[in-house]
Amino acid sequence: MIVTSKSGLANVIGIAALALFLVGSFVGLFVVPADGMQGDIQRLMYVHVPAAWLAFLSFFVVFLMSVLYLIQRDLRWDRVAQSSAEIGVVFTVLTLALGSMWGKPTWGVWWTWDPRLTTTAIMLAIYVGYLAIRSFADDPDKRARWAAIVGIIGFANVPIVYLSVIWWRTLHQPPSSPRSVSPEILWTLMFNLAAFSVIYVYLMMRRIRLAKLEGELEQRMAYHG
Amino acid sequence: MSGSKKIWAGLGILAILGSLAFLIAGGLKENVVYFLTPSELLARGPEVVDQPLRLGGQVKPGSLQWDAEAMDLRFIVQDSLQEVQVRSTGAPPAMFQEGAGVIMEGHYRDDGTFESTNVMVKHSNEYEAPHDGQKSPEEMYESLVKPGDE
Repeated sequence: MIVTSKSGLANVIGIAALALFLVGSFVGLFVVPADGMQGDIQRLMYVHVPAAWLAFLSFFVVFLMSVLYLIQRDLRWDRVAQSSAEIGVVFTVLTLALGSMWGKPTWGVWWTWDPRLTTTAIMLAIYVGYLAIRSFADDPDKRARWAAIVGIIGFANVPIVYLSVIWWRTLHQPPSSPRSVSPEILWTLMFNLAAFSVIYVYLMMRRIRLAKLEGELEQRMAYHG
Repeated sequence: MSGSKKIWAGLGILAILGSLAFLIAGGLKENVVYFLTPSELLARGPEVVDQPLRLGGQVKPGSLQWDAEAMDLRFIVQDSLQEVQVRSTGAPPAMFQEGAGVIMEGHYRDDGTFESTNVMVKHSNEYEAPHDGQKSPEEMYESLVKPGDE
């Protein structure tokens, strides 16, 4: 296939992301055997863990782009940060929803205020706050500056979410490792992590493009009105 | 700046500051205790009687008594040093079994038992396909909650 434009490249990546997701879901649902202790419900792992990974990745990108913006004051970095924050919020909500569905049949509850769940809810609140703050400054540079500060400070919570199950007593189990997961389950999980990462790249390309158009529109509106 | 934007901004700032304050007030690393172990509960003794709290430990193998008629569940929860008798009503969650890690919400009573209103079951971070002869989760649960099927 000849790729002639950025949009064409995004299409190719989007199709690849969809194909990988379908293959990963098929293998996770029908090919690989489910965990012997939990049964089929364990298959939620193939979407819950990748969703959480994308949330972490997204917010790390927000952090990096916020630092870059404050150094270079280039609105390009702000657009990348905003795009990544939106995607991160979507996948945090997905992580919580899928985790809740997994928790009810295994733990016995949809929700509990254990440190992992609590810090994840805080993470969601911080980045919803990040997006809310953006809607409050009319000046693009001021908006980017405030957002960058929140994007940097707010990131402090992200490693805490990950480490919560190691630091504190929780209902949520600690992270799995290659030693605690049998190879066929591990490889299926790795495949789905890769598939979700490609989904992230696709969503980012589309959202950044949209943010650029929004910026241009905002500029024109400012000239004329 | 319009009024509704100001409100949104205020809410945004509140959400962030509130969240960070919650984290800091939580004492981050040291003071976050989601549940007490049987040893900690017994060490606290009278001061925690009738206080709402969470107790976590292992279901002592051989201690489980389930009366399906009365929906009455009794078992002993233990850590490496101490054990506490637990009373609960209602069917246990599907993954509940002897030897499992559990966390109960309820009250420690002055007769030395823990009256649980909610039993939660921990599972490990280990995942593997069932080995030959392993009971399915459904079979495990059926054998647990059906009366007289030991």
